[in-house]
Amino acid sequence: MFRRSALLASVLALGVSPAWADDGKIKIGFVTTLTTGAAVIGEDMRKAVELALDHIDSKMGPLEVEVVYEDDEFNPQTGKQKTEKLVQRDDVDIVTGYIWSNVLLASANTVLDAGKILISANAGPSQLAGPGCHQNFFNVAWQNDQTPMALGQVLNERGVEDLYIIAPNYAAGKDMVSGVERTFQGNVVGKDMTTWPSQIDWAAEFTKVKAASPDAVFTFYPGGHGPAFVKQYEQAGLADTPLYSVYTLDALSLPRFQEAGMETVLGTVMTQFWAPDLDNEQNQRFVADFRAQHGAYPSFYAAQSYDAIMLIKSAVEATNGDLDPDALRAALEQADFESVRGDFAFGNNHFPIQDFHARQVVVDADGNWTTSAIGVALEDHQDVYAAECGM
Amino acid sequence: MTTAFVLEQALNGFQLGVLLFLLAAGLTLVFGIMDLVNLAHGSLYMVGAFFAATFTLALDSFFIGVLLAIPATLIVGLVVEVVALRTLYARDHLDQVLATFGLILFFNELVRVVWGPAGLSVPLPAVLNGSVQLPLGITYSTYRLLIIAVGIAVAFGLYVLVSHTRIGMLIRAGASNRTMASALGVNVGLLFTLVFGIGAVLAGLAGMLIAPISQASIGMGEQILILAFVVIVIGGIGSIRGAFIAALLTGVIDTMGRAFLDEILLLFMPVQAAETAGPALSSMLIYILMAAILFFRPQGLFPPRARSA
Amino acid sequence: MKDIARNPAAIATFVLFVVIALVPIVAPLIGYGFYVNVFARIMIWSIAAVGLNLIMGYGGMVSFGHAAYLGIGGYTFGILSYHGIDNGFIQWPLALAISAVVAFVFGAVSLRTRGVYFIMITLAFAQMVFFLGASLDQYGSNDGLIIYNRSTFDVGGVGPNLGDRVFFYYLLLALLLLVIFICWRIVNSRFGMVLRGTKSNETRVHAIGIPAYRYRLVAFVISGVIVGLAGILMANLEKFISPDMMNWPRSGELIFMVVLGGMGTLFGPVWGALAFLLLAEILSSFTEHWHLIFGPLLILVVLFGRGGVLGFVERLNPRHA
Repeated sequence: MFRRSALLASVLALGVSPAWADDGKIKIGFVTTLTTGAAVIGEDMRKAVELALDHIDSKMGPLEVEVVYEDDEFNPQTGKQKTEKLVQRDDVDIVTGYIWSNVLLASANTVLDAGKILISANAGPSQLAGPGCHQNFFNVAWQNDQTPMALGQVLNERGVEDLYIIAPNYAAGKDMVSGVERTFQGNVVGKDMTTWPSQIDWAAEFTKVKAASPDAVFTFYPGGHGPAFVKQYEQAGLADTPLYSVYTLDALSLPRFQEAGMETVLGTVMTQFWAPDLDNEQNQRFVADFRAQHGAYPSFYAAQSYDAIMLIKSAVEATNGDLDPDALRAALEQADFESVRGDFAFGNNHFPIQDFHARQVVVDADGNWTTSAIGVALEDHQDVYAAECGM
Repeated sequence: MTTAFVLEQALNGFQLGVLLFLLAAGLTLVFGIMDLVNLAHGSLYMVGAFFAATFTLALDSFFIGVLLAIPATLIVGLVVEVVALRTLYARDHLDQVLATFGLILFFNELVRVVWGPAGLSVPLPAVLNGSVQLPLGITYSTYRLLIIAVGIAVAFGLYVLVSHTRIGMLIRAGASNRTMASALGVNVGLLFTLVFGIGAVLAGLAGMLIAPISQASIGMGEQILILAFVVIVIGGIGSIRGAFIAALLTGVIDTMGRAFLDEILLLFMPVQAAETAGPALSSMLIYILMAAILFFRPQGLFPPRARSA
Repeated sequence: MKDIARNPAAIATFVLFVVIALVPIVAPLIGYGFYVNVFARIMIWSIAAVGLNLIMGYGGMVSFGHAAYLGIGGYTFGILSYHGIDNGFIQWPLALAISAVVAFVFGAVSLRTRGVYFIMITLAFAQMVFFLGASLDQYGSNDGLIIYNRSTFDVGGVGPNLGDRVFFYYLLLALLLLVIFICWRIVNSRFGMVLRGTKSNETRVHAIGIPAYRYRLVAFVISGVIVGLAGILMANLEKFISPDMMNWPRSGELIFMVVLGGMGTLFGPVWGALAFLLLAEILSSFTEHWHLIFGPLLILVVLFGRGGVLGFVERLNPRHA
């Protein structure tokens, strides 16, 4: 029985082992959300990948690039199955994408156990940054805690003393809250963690905010929840209390705010690793061409996806088309590419070491609502879990 | 903690309650009279919201937007009734649940194809976009007060319709004994379509009312549908009075849980534990309420009178 | 048994199991190694559907909360594994026992109600478990938890390891057949007759002096344990647990599989799981908008596909036509 199964296992291994037969081509699997309301994010990422392919003429070193998109349906189980399909059936060389932490965590084993390279273009859960880091896992976006830590710094600089926190009660929401609390030096006068994703009405929480009368409110509501939150914030008569946020106001939601004429968001401050007006050549080209093609600003999701492709290109060029994971990994670690965010380096846990900017919602020269960088909040920042990573 | 604070939270609870009532009323009517479990009720709520958003953005007026969205939702509801649901009345609940679940998938994807995945934001007219000063030092959102008013008006209208008109008499007859009503010459098919139409309009109206607060988004129907089912089950299926009371109860308890639970837990728990337990418990609160009520009253608070199957 | 040769449903089912048994041997040879896990997943959902079918198909209890037991099985295994306890002899019995206790408590309350009230109260209990799982910060909350080791069944250093893909596959097949066999024994016992009796006429069962409630409760607990087993297996296969595995759409999908395959038949749930998962897989590879097709298809199955896949095959039999 065991002899036979061992034999079968080796047959299986042969069947799924990466074949270099496909000479002259690199296959990249890209997992994102293309159905449900969250498809708005996935579509933006796909646009950025396509733009990146345009810019590099679908070539990485000597190799032709083929990108295979898969839809995770906003569901970790589906995401894992689609990842399996990419790794085992389509035999891709590198897997990237991943908006959601839960989808990434569910899928990580599938890619890593197969000995392939996995690059997250958004999700940055702590589980993969600390002791759970892996030599073949890279993150080209950020670690969850970093952006809110930068925001806590901004709050200190702006003299906020009493802060009220409202965030969704799920893993990323808790990460954002603990990130702010890590750097913010004033008092947290109230904290509400709401049911995710079902709660879309914050009447009870806003009544509590009014009773607490804080200097500022901090929030985190990604996707479709953000606009609803800010709108009710205004309706509740809180427009005079400054609202600070992370990942809540972005290029995907601002046009809708503009459409609905909700001027409360103008002037709102957030933090981010990137802004559409960052002054470097790569970014200017990316933003200008994206706007020309799609008539809208790219979101940060798009920026990360664009960077993911450019990062892979740099590695493939360095190995001169050798797709052996060991060679690729060594090249990826160099991060020798022009990032749209400017300076970029990988830490020991393969998460970025980068600047975090304060950004403000502004009206651009053409009258469109967008965000603009107004200063560096954290310089060359590395996440706090890196020290626990054994690499 | 002041009286005004508690009263404001009570108003918040009421507002959620009447919104749930608008959804639950249609659900419980359709269920009580046609014996149809309609999971796609939430889809009509979503469609109503998208219609209102589209018309409002196109015509620059929320009121006209809603006035146009009501007949539009009604048409969608009637088409669904005629094409898909009519054949389901005679089936068992399981078939109905499955078929209407299929409808949800269809509607969500259709809305995405038509309106895109991002959803729509609805601006409010300036008149409604502020707050008003009420007695006892309460400041409250004008628009939310309007929702409460509309909800109470609809509840009153339904009460008059069901208990004091001929149509209401037929509806009640149909609810208590369909076979007998039909034997007495009531055009049951027409009655069913009428009731379904009322339910569709109420669901759509709820969607239109919530659209300016949250926004019109894909999947918004499923989130609230479960709550609406909780309401009609607590209230007793088929009972409008039960739905009204259960809706307010659910709305107030859910809101009060979010408002006060963490502080109550702090009385006998360390901070760390309370911060974890509070949100978890408040999201479970209405399910606990429902399980408790069904434990003592397996047919809800206002069980419908005996019906022949 | 001699009728099998002339019964298309039996032939089709036999062929299906032969195909399932051959997948890990044949698929990799022809370059479809990917389908080994696809079929492993189908078998796990089949086990869960068989468990639900026991109370839904034979006892008329439509539970809209059975995904809770998937979660309980998966989380018990996952949490033990997180704390370094990889021994299946500890993990599995404990997970099954907890599934049984929870099913007993939920069932005892839920079975006081009927019809849609029953559907809703089972949903309510499942949602409570879902929110509980989502609040477990230490175990990843909503993000879920990566599991690094599958169960081991070491006795003194030797014994099977579920990390072996092929062994795991055939273990699934064996467990699926075992669970179907258990259901077969239950359904055809005196207990099973009472259970089926309570579905068609509970009052009459009660009238002849049989405490229907207790029979239904026992069936509910057995059903919960079977789904709990599926949960352990699912967490072992995916090496990942998250509250999503017990969210209410999962409960709905489970009901769908049972109905799709043919309620109240022994092998129906297997066909249902197969049809549901393959259909989703195939349609989604055609278009992103596959729900536009999948939704109406489900409605058509309900409206015209009485008896599900097995019912359809059954009707091919001229003797029944």
